[in-house]
Amino acid sequence: MYQDVIIAGFGGQGVMLIGNLLAYAGMEAGSEVTYIPVYGPEMRGGTANCTVVISSEDIGSPIIQSPKSLIIMNQPSLDKFQPKLVDGGVQILNSSLVDPEKAEDRVTTYTVPANEIADGLGNTRMANMVALGAYVQATGCVPLEQVKKSLSSVISSRYSHLIPKNAEALQAGADHVAAQMK
Amino acid sequence: MSEKLVFDAPEIMIDRPTHYCPGCHHGVAHRLVGEVLTEMGLVDDTLCVGSIGCSVFIYNYLDVDAVEAPHGRAPAVATGLKRAHKDKFVFTYQGDGDLASIGLAEIVHAANRGEKISVVFVNNTVYGMTGGQMAPTTLVGQKSTTCPDGRCADEHGQAIRMSEIIGGLGGTAYCERVSLDSVKNIRRAKKALRKAFEMQINGTGFGFVEMLSACPTNWKMDPVSANTRITEEMIPYFPLGVFKDVTKDGEE
Amino acid sequence: MSKTKRIFIKGNEAISRGALAAGCTCYFGYPITPQNDIPEFLSTKMATVNGEFVQAESEVAAANMLLGAAAGGVRAMTTSSSPGVSLMQEAISYMAGSELPGVIVNVNRGGPGLGDIGSSQGDYFQSTRGGGHGDYRTLVLAPGTCQEAYDMMIEAFDLAFKYRNPVLVLADAIVGQMKEPVTPWEPKAADNHGAEDWCIDGAQGREKRLLKSLFLEDGALAGQNRNLQSKYEAMQAEARADVFECDDADLVVVAFGSIGRIVKSTVRRLRSEGKKVGLVRPLTLYPFPSEVLRDLAKQGKRFLTIEQNCGQMVDDVRLSVRGIADSEFHGHMPGDLPGSDDFIAPIIKHLED
Repeated sequence: MYQDVIIAGFGGQGVMLIGNLLAYAGMEAGSEVTYIPVYGPEMRGGTANCTVVISSEDIGSPIIQSPKSLIIMNQPSLDKFQPKLVDGGVQILNSSLVDPEKAEDRVTTYTVPANEIADGLGNTRMANMVALGAYVQATGCVPLEQVKKSLSSVISSRYSHLIPKNAEALQAGADHVAAQMK
Repeated sequence: MSEKLVFDAPEIMIDRPTHYCPGCHHGVAHRLVGEVLTEMGLVDDTLCVGSIGCSVFIYNYLDVDAVEAPHGRAPAVATGLKRAHKDKFVFTYQGDGDLASIGLAEIVHAANRGEKISVVFVNNTVYGMTGGQMAPTTLVGQKSTTCPDGRCADEHGQAIRMSEIIGGLGGTAYCERVSLDSVKNIRRAKKALRKAFEMQINGTGFGFVEMLSACPTNWKMDPVSANTRITEEMIPYFPLGVFKDVTKDGEE
Repeated sequence: MSKTKRIFIKGNEAISRGALAAGCTCYFGYPITPQNDIPEFLSTKMATVNGEFVQAESEVAAANMLLGAAAGGVRAMTTSSSPGVSLMQEAISYMAGSELPGVIVNVNRGGPGLGDIGSSQGDYFQSTRGGGHGDYRTLVLAPGTCQEAYDMMIEAFDLAFKYRNPVLVLADAIVGQMKEPVTPWEPKAADNHGAEDWCIDGAQGREKRLLKSLFLEDGALAGQNRNLQSKYEAMQAEARADVFECDDADLVVVAFGSIGRIVKSTVRRLRSEGKKVGLVRPLTLYPFPSEVLRDLAKQGKRFLTIEQNCGQMVDDVRLSVRGIADSEFHGHMPGDLPGSDDFIAPIIKHLED
């Protein structure tokens, strides 16, 4: 098993948090994982991004130039990273902020109105969790239950009261993609 | 017994001739340190941090554990050593080029942190070991090998007064400037050392003693004239006295 | 599970935790990116082990505090990044000359000058050639993973005391900033290899001791240099490298640290396409694992050295295989973030040459 993903969006959309969460869940599921936040010159352009690799064997490069998958939270991130996605790769588009028409045919795209779904659950800021739930459902790289269980290890104790809601957001994203996969 | 011993060196002083020039005050300063360490019962608990300059060989004359610091860095080395061995007595012995020029950052910050160390600062207004170059403490008008026409305030700035600076820092517990030009002043110097050392032993803070000293060779003077120069030229610019003593409330 | 639970941490935190596991009780540092996680972590953690944390006024002071604590015979370290490590070279030279053990971590960033805060291997020469003035060497360990960062800190302290010599851990911004699972472990007991017999801690009931690097008497400095050189000769036994897919390889890539692990991905991909390429990843840079490379050269392998600099370790690869083989070089410029795709073309080019 090998999966890598670039998670990208505006600063403040919580892309680093879901990157951490995905990698942590991967570790707890027994895989090797790496997480690297964007660093240096790549930081220009208004997007924040991080890269996660999950693998059954030891991981070489933590930096991925041709990713197998993407979680795209805003339009500039799509413009920047879709061209790098491998043919046949998988991407989650936050259709609340990204034009789904821009998705290329050479890749598999799942659109998720993450902001709206999160809004419906009571807090737009959980859009990142909706997107991650969608991603986990689409790729199956880690069990969704493992991701939910890992929330308490990644979210600071100050916000622990938000964990149940975040778990709901993960589930909502997964459900949304499950419907598209049928 | 036909002879009566009236003057002897403490055991901490290693019995060998020093490499210092005739009239140099390092010997006096070493001896004062040795006497105070002995009287305070600190000899076997003392860690000496030497510096670069004529006094680099202090370890040849004082029978205590010692480490040699790079030029100017003795207060940083002493910080590390004291942090590693808080129950030991740690002191640095530094000249004016070492402490007031290249090591200015280290001495100021060690004092400001209030490191529980003691600093013996020998100020003879010149780089002695390297052959009499201008020091940050060289007085305006004083000739040196790098200001042969005399220090010029416009070009070189004025002599830096360290005790005034160290005395103004929060972590300093005791700071005094003394002189080694007369018996009276030497006695006062010994008291100052004891006071500064006590600040470390009691855990009060950083102790600093500046000793105005003679360097007849680089001043191109005989020892007596050199002593007179301290009295007549140095003390007026570098006033003697206590610049800080945290044990005396309301006094500075 | 018999294994200790894995923790998910940054390389910089792995370095910090490794140092604590190694029994480090004195930390001295000065802020500089990309290693600030280390002083930030240790600023609170040192107190929990009754240790000392000092934020120094400069890297010059931090390294000299390290010298002082090392003279006291305790396990001490400092960490910095390239421009700061340049400032530490004075103290490191004095420590080597005075034979004082201490650990210096360099989370290498781009240079020269202020450079950038991204990853670089531009400090290879500075690290492996001594770095400061005089004829001396420091042992140099090069972690490529967060686990290695943790493990190598424990090893670094042991080697420092074993040889009474400064040890440099040369990480980089990638290793420092990435997160990976790390299995924490604690060595049985810190072995300071008889530090109590040379350190200065007060001459109670023994002769006084003197730690110095000044040797003015006739023949004394020559004697000290001979002594140091024989020590460096003995250190050669510590050379280590990770050898991957080299048995049937036509071309062996030599790469260290984070570039080594990135190239491993490239090698895996090319292997899946049937290309006969292998990888040697030096884990110690001084001593350099010359024997490993020389043995491969004797088998007729060809070599390509890949570094994130303009050609430094390649000198050591060439010296290792001299008289038998040579090494080509591919340099990835510091300032550009490297990825495994970057190395496909250079490897194929030299494989087919």
